[in-house]
Amino acid sequence: MAMELRDIGPPDYKKFLHPTLLKNYGKWKSHEHVKPGVIKHISETGDVVYTVRAGIPKFISTESVRFLCDLADKYCDGYIRFTTRHNVEFIVTSEENVDKLIKELEDAGYPVGGTGHSLKAIINCVGYLHCNMAATDSPSIAKALYEALYDYFKKTDLPERLKIAVSGCLNMCGATNASDIAIIGVHTKPPKVIDEVVHAQCSPMDLVKICPTYAIRPKRVKKNDKVITSVDIDPEKCMYCGNCYAVCPGLPIHDPENDGVSIWVGGKASMTKQGIMESRLLVPFIPNHPPKWEKVVDIVKKIVDVYLKYAKPDERLGEMIERIGWEKFFELVDVPFTYQHIDDFVFAYRDYRKGISFRFTKHVK
Amino acid sequence: MTEILEELKKGKWPSFVKELEKTGDERIWKYYEKCLADKKPYFGHGGIVGVTGYEAGVIGRVSYGDAAKILPEFHLFRILPPAGLFYKTDALRKICDWIDKWGCKLLQFHGATYDLQAYGIPRDKLDPAFEELAKIGFDLGGSGPDVRTAACCVGPALCEWALIDTLDIYTTLMKEYIFDIHRPRFPYKFKIKISGCPNDCVSAGTRSDFAIIGIWRDDIKIDENALKEYPSEKLEMVAKRCPAGAITYKNGKIEIDNELCTRCMYCINVLNKALKPGDDRGAAILIGARARGRYGAFLAWVLVPFMKLQPPYKEVKELIDKILDWWDENGNPKERVGETIYRLGFGKFLKDIGLEPKPQMVYKPRANPFWKYF
Repeated sequence: MAMELRDIGPPDYKKFLHPTLLKNYGKWKSHEHVKPGVIKHISETGDVVYTVRAGIPKFISTESVRFLCDLADKYCDGYIRFTTRHNVEFIVTSEENVDKLIKELEDAGYPVGGTGHSLKAIINCVGYLHCNMAATDSPSIAKALYEALYDYFKKTDLPERLKIAVSGCLNMCGATNASDIAIIGVHTKPPKVIDEVVHAQCSPMDLVKICPTYAIRPKRVKKNDKVITSVDIDPEKCMYCGNCYAVCPGLPIHDPENDGVSIWVGGKASMTKQGIMESRLLVPFIPNHPPKWEKVVDIVKKIVDVYLKYAKPDERLGEMIERIGWEKFFELVDVPFTYQHIDDFVFAYRDYRKGISFRFTKHVK
Repeated sequence: MTEILEELKKGKWPSFVKELEKTGDERIWKYYEKCLADKKPYFGHGGIVGVTGYEAGVIGRVSYGDAAKILPEFHLFRILPPAGLFYKTDALRKICDWIDKWGCKLLQFHGATYDLQAYGIPRDKLDPAFEELAKIGFDLGGSGPDVRTAACCVGPALCEWALIDTLDIYTTLMKEYIFDIHRPRFPYKFKIKISGCPNDCVSAGTRSDFAIIGIWRDDIKIDENALKEYPSEKLEMVAKRCPAGAITYKNGKIEIDNELCTRCMYCINVLNKALKPGDDRGAAILIGARARGRYGAFLAWVLVPFMKLQPPYKEVKELIDKILDWWDENGNPKERVGETIYRLGFGKFLKDIGLEPKPQMVYKPRANPFWKYF
């Protein structure tokens, strides 16, 4: 076996940069949002390039990739770029090519947009398609949300950018811990213990160590006249995180009846203004209902409506909520405030209201 | 295809189910359909799946139960992408031809890990498939408890705010740690993300163990002529909204008190033609973020307020080495570096790796009287 081809590292980025970008590397002066999906970059050298951004599905066949490559060959001298939010970007050097490229993209069904103050492409994890942990199917949720909010992707007149992310489980592969609106898959029942599999494939002491709430204890059980080691899970302490299932197949946590999604709002990953904000719980549980996800879509639409109505210019959803108060936001979106909304974990104390500077809402009768 | 998948093919947004169909591999969508109908995934743990010489970079998936008859295995390659995710179409076409030959004609641009993912390479073809991938110039990314594939923004290639050369730092660090990327040996994953400015386009502050974020130390540069082109209401609004209260608006002009400025980028973002970050540039290093943790989500906090970053980036490599050594020594299984620091104390960590405490590391000094002298 030829081992010399190991550890070669990433390819040289300089070979993949358009000559105009290489020439103006580090010399960019400013940019402007020409129209939805198009950003004009102006260099100190006088060069101008346009970024055209289009939405693509997260999973993409080689047939479609080749189509995008054809477009890049035709309009961008064979250079193409992707973003971490599953967008494709074409760097166009001549202005007249911009509209031609947009037309070809739109004709082929790839919406152009997602720049400036618009709905950004929805990040989602792989869901049922390639995951063993997924409590819900994020690609289909993302698809349902896209259909409901399609127009906002192509508009740039929102108060600020609106970022939505979908994760299939609490591991949050879909960048959900700091998104304006986040959908996260949740389990609501502890894992089942299959003693034989735990005994054969897992180390009870490792399981004890990785459980965040110390709900796992080792045990000995008698199976077929043999004493084997396994674990016990304390249902009172378990918070259904799935950490143990991630390392041990003997503790399956999937439960089609009791798995579902939760909805979180108000996160912001950028360090601008008041800094990073974490997403906060809005709806603790909705049972899985693929493929249309009507209940999830309804609530997200309601959140977006409230945002558009109450936000000031240049204000992210989280910033708006902090200004008007969470109690008021719960009233506006009209979702019940439950015991689950009050933190009872490690950092719970920081979120309790100290002092009495709050607003009265319908919650106080 | 049944009703469920037909529903997902409808609509204006390009459908991923249509893409699954285009691969011509009905096993994939039949499996997906079964999962949606039963509301659970059928993949178990993949076991040890990998290419010779590496212990990471291939995510193995083996299904169980009835689903095993439809799609018994579905492994993917995590491919280390070029910095900034810039590609040339001839390289992409080579990747397409390669996955057509060895896998399921399905790709993902890009995964949450920043890798390019290629689906469906059978277990017995992993080695020859990798040999061919390496011949076209690509390598595998990280998976498991190792240094993961880093992420960086477009940086100086396309952005005027890039305060550090993110693309070069990414490539240098990936080459430096390539051994640790392919051979997991740490308590858990270690993610590096590199953002060119505090706008933090790659979410380094929320999602990376080691965040390198561009920052400047001197004054914001003002182009008075360009400033005149903005309406006075906008200038007034920016002055009012400045979170540090560093901007005053007077008679159609703004003044910035750079002593008060916290470099949040708000004014620069809104008045991008007139205001520019200063010239004394470098990076701030933050540590410890993770999305879902033992104690709940962690955001990254300041470790080094300012570091000049020039090639060959010796200082930052030394710091990463020290942190990895310390964490390797002190971490528990499945404990990210931020959690180890939180469990043992940030002060102890600083002392162990030889960094001085600085007021920039905290919002406020401690409010409790329980400390140790060490």
